[in-house]
Amino acid sequence: MKYYPTIGIECHVQLNTKTKLFSEVDNDARNKEPNSCVSPVDYALPGMLPRLNGEAIKLAIRAGRAMNCEINASSRFDRKHYFYPDSPKGYQITQFYHPIIGEGYVELPSGAKVRIEHAHLEGDAGKLTHFDTYSLVDLNRVDTPLIEIVTMPDIHSAKDAHDYCKALWRLMCYAGVTNGDLYNGNMRFDVNTSLAPEGSTELGTRTEVKNLNSFRSVERAVEYEIKRQSKLLDAGEKVIQETRGWNDATGETTGQRSKEEAKDYRYMPEPDIPPINLSKEFIDTESAKLPMMPKDYQEKFKGVIADDILEILLDYAPLMQKLAEVKNVKRVSNWFASVLLAEEKSAEYLNDLPTAMQLDDLAEMVEKNELSSTGAKDVFLKFFDPQMGKRDAKTIAKEMNLLQENDLGALEAIVDAVLANPATAQAQADYKAGQEKVLGFLVGQVMKESKGKANPGAVSEILKKKLSK
Amino acid sequence: MKIASKENSAVKMVKEALEKAKKYESYNIFVSLNEENALRKAEEIDAKIAKGEPVGRLAGVPYALKDNFLSREGNTTASVKILAPFKSPITSTVVRKLEDEGAIMIGRTNMDAFAHGSSTENSYFGPTKNSKDTERVAGGSSGGSAVAVALDIVEFATGSDTGGSIRQPASFNGVYGFKPTYGTVSRYGVVAMASSTDCMGFFTKNTDDMDLLMEIASGQDPYDMTTLPDYYSTTEPKAAKKIGVIKEFDNDAVNPEIREALKAKTEFLKSKGYEIVELSMPTLKYALAVYYIVVPAEVASNLSRYDGIRYGYRSEEAKDLSEIFAKSRNDGFMPENKRRVMIGNFVLSSGFYDAYYLKAQKARTKIIEEYNKAFSEVDYILTPVAPNPAFKLGEKVNDPVAMYLEDVMSVPINLAGVPSLAVPAGETKAGLPIGLQIVGPRRSDKNLINFAKELEEK
Repeated sequence: MKYYPTIGIECHVQLNTKTKLFSEVDNDARNKEPNSCVSPVDYALPGMLPRLNGEAIKLAIRAGRAMNCEINASSRFDRKHYFYPDSPKGYQITQFYHPIIGEGYVELPSGAKVRIEHAHLEGDAGKLTHFDTYSLVDLNRVDTPLIEIVTMPDIHSAKDAHDYCKALWRLMCYAGVTNGDLYNGNMRFDVNTSLAPEGSTELGTRTEVKNLNSFRSVERAVEYEIKRQSKLLDAGEKVIQETRGWNDATGETTGQRSKEEAKDYRYMPEPDIPPINLSKEFIDTESAKLPMMPKDYQEKFKGVIADDILEILLDYAPLMQKLAEVKNVKRVSNWFASVLLAEEKSAEYLNDLPTAMQLDDLAEMVEKNELSSTGAKDVFLKFFDPQMGKRDAKTIAKEMNLLQENDLGALEAIVDAVLANPATAQAQADYKAGQEKVLGFLVGQVMKESKGKANPGAVSEILKKKLSK
Repeated sequence: MKIASKENSAVKMVKEALEKAKKYESYNIFVSLNEENALRKAEEIDAKIAKGEPVGRLAGVPYALKDNFLSREGNTTASVKILAPFKSPITSTVVRKLEDEGAIMIGRTNMDAFAHGSSTENSYFGPTKNSKDTERVAGGSSGGSAVAVALDIVEFATGSDTGGSIRQPASFNGVYGFKPTYGTVSRYGVVAMASSTDCMGFFTKNTDDMDLLMEIASGQDPYDMTTLPDYYSTTEPKAAKKIGVIKEFDNDAVNPEIREALKAKTEFLKSKGYEIVELSMPTLKYALAVYYIVVPAEVASNLSRYDGIRYGYRSEEAKDLSEIFAKSRNDGFMPENKRRVMIGNFVLSSGFYDAYYLKAQKARTKIIEEYNKAFSEVDYILTPVAPNPAFKLGEKVNDPVAMYLEDVMSVPINLAGVPSLAVPAGETKAGLPIGLQIVGPRRSDKNLINFAKELEEK
């Protein structure tokens, strides 16, 4: 039988606030000792009370607006209870009843819209590392602010699931609300998949695959679930409503917890945090801070940057933001695409891009023939060199001895020297006999003689003139 | 109260307080004494005074600290086994403010474990005895603090009041006990019982001391988001005219001697020109039921953090993770704690939330509205604190419902978040103290405390 899949996705986005959601300790625990970014509140000492981080509210508004969502003027927090060492308070502070972000949508590249049901603020849990006979607890991540974004069941293929996650990731990165590092769990996806016979109006029983941290694994997990559930249904068996885990190595999902074993979280309004009431002015002010989104850049650069290059560059919000500042978008975008992204360290480089002035100066030198395009790429890479990076394009080109020789007199002298060299005699004869392609060899000889500083166009013209005499 | 001066040394005051504390050891008032730190601090204050340096408004005044207030001095146990080994790295806001003014904590007082109870019999360290009759309970949960003030060991003591835990022991021992408007005094650094009704307050021997302590302890605290903007010190004085009494509280379930004491006070007020208004507040009869749904729910939630993992007691017998949780909590909690956790988890559980918790919250709103209406008619309400004077030790400990019924007149006030001051109002023929409470509208705290003087018969 043919089945129609229906997919809904929940995504946890870690917000890049300076401090945690409910305390003043550092929210950025990268490269820090375990349990070094933990306040008495996160540690859940007796008598400690949460202090809501206003910055997280602002970022949530921005994230919501990036997804075209309503922002609720009144929202509040609730407690979700469970016992586990990753949850020192014995409950997670979340927004179960009244979330801050209301309905909206995310647009896919295909033009399809995935509706957002709501998104809410909550604190992250700690991290456990399990060993044979013991487990270690790291509470650095406790109460890192998260927004959990919940879609309507609007997705109907593995590819669209992939595209939604990627589109969402771009939106969050462009909105500047997260570091967007998927490898380190800055965004994590839970995917609900169900199948119904084609044409049926009712949804089938769903399974939830939890904690996927790449678009590819989302796509593969959905593909696997569709196949697995189809097989069950074809055999007349039932799909069990359960939580399943994803094994990236085997490409399979495995059952973890069925609905019957599901926890009762005993939700309760959080009495330690008063309701959050936002004025229209506040929401408008924060909404206005939403920077340009991927779609805005696509419109801006359409026809200037080739579609395929634009699609690659769009994965890097800082590059788009930089391109919006420079004059010579075409050249700079090419450097970004061909040089920067080819470098292994490109991700590191993104944090410290050259200034728009450095880039524009460099582009202008190429336009003015002061620098060859190869030379320009070398200079471009030097912008990322800690020793030279802060210098302007011309200074670097000079130091690297890359400035092109455009002095015709000086070029003629080099050309003459090359032509006087007996090693080129055969080539000269061949050219005169009509084999024009040997001109390239001769240009190459001149370039070599000039140590790469000659302008190849000018050299070619001089050679043609001299050989036609 | 007398503060330290050239004529009245802090060391002398602290030594006297410590001596008395030891003299009354058999009352089981203190969980621990803070002898060394207290004497050192007293010496520091005396030295300052000798040099002519300024000292605080509570310089050298010995006080007793209910054992659920976090302080770096000694263990903060909340009189419960699971916290018995707990040494706090944090000082609660109230303690910080008191000590900034030079007050000296001489000991931590016994209480019902986690403040769950009305008699201090639920303490891991055994019951505290009543100051007037050692066969009887001190009241609770702040029993130790009430008795410490009643026996004149200290000038004042801290308390926490979630459903009467300051006012009821105050009335059982004949001292003043104040529960402020919710949010007036910071809860930061006090072992939480029920977050939406917990209020920090004091036991004193007179209203002036209460006023001074409230001046010092009140105020908005960035560490407690539920605190109100400062208002206490800047309250406009307002003279009262009309005093309400609640019709529904005047019934046969209330001890006749307490009814008489209330009647005598209203007559006295009438003689001073006040108008006595009989109020009908029929919704209050639901308060106890609402309280024993809302409070256990918050209790169950707030006690979730005591899991034997990070601090406090951990069962040695536990063999795996779920046993660490289960055994540490089972050994570490008192029976009343477990009872409330069970009730709380039940009313919050999926499928029951709407029927219990949500409905209770709706009823709570009705109770608040009823108080609002009452205070549109009268300035203050005068009621007994509890239906009976101090009962015998062991009398109700095995009958939780009978124990809960003792709270019937105190819990509506916590649900409404309004202030209430328990004031001494004579004794029964058997010599047991009787307490009445003056209840006011939200933020009337300062005027309410001053009004209490009107009840004093010179």
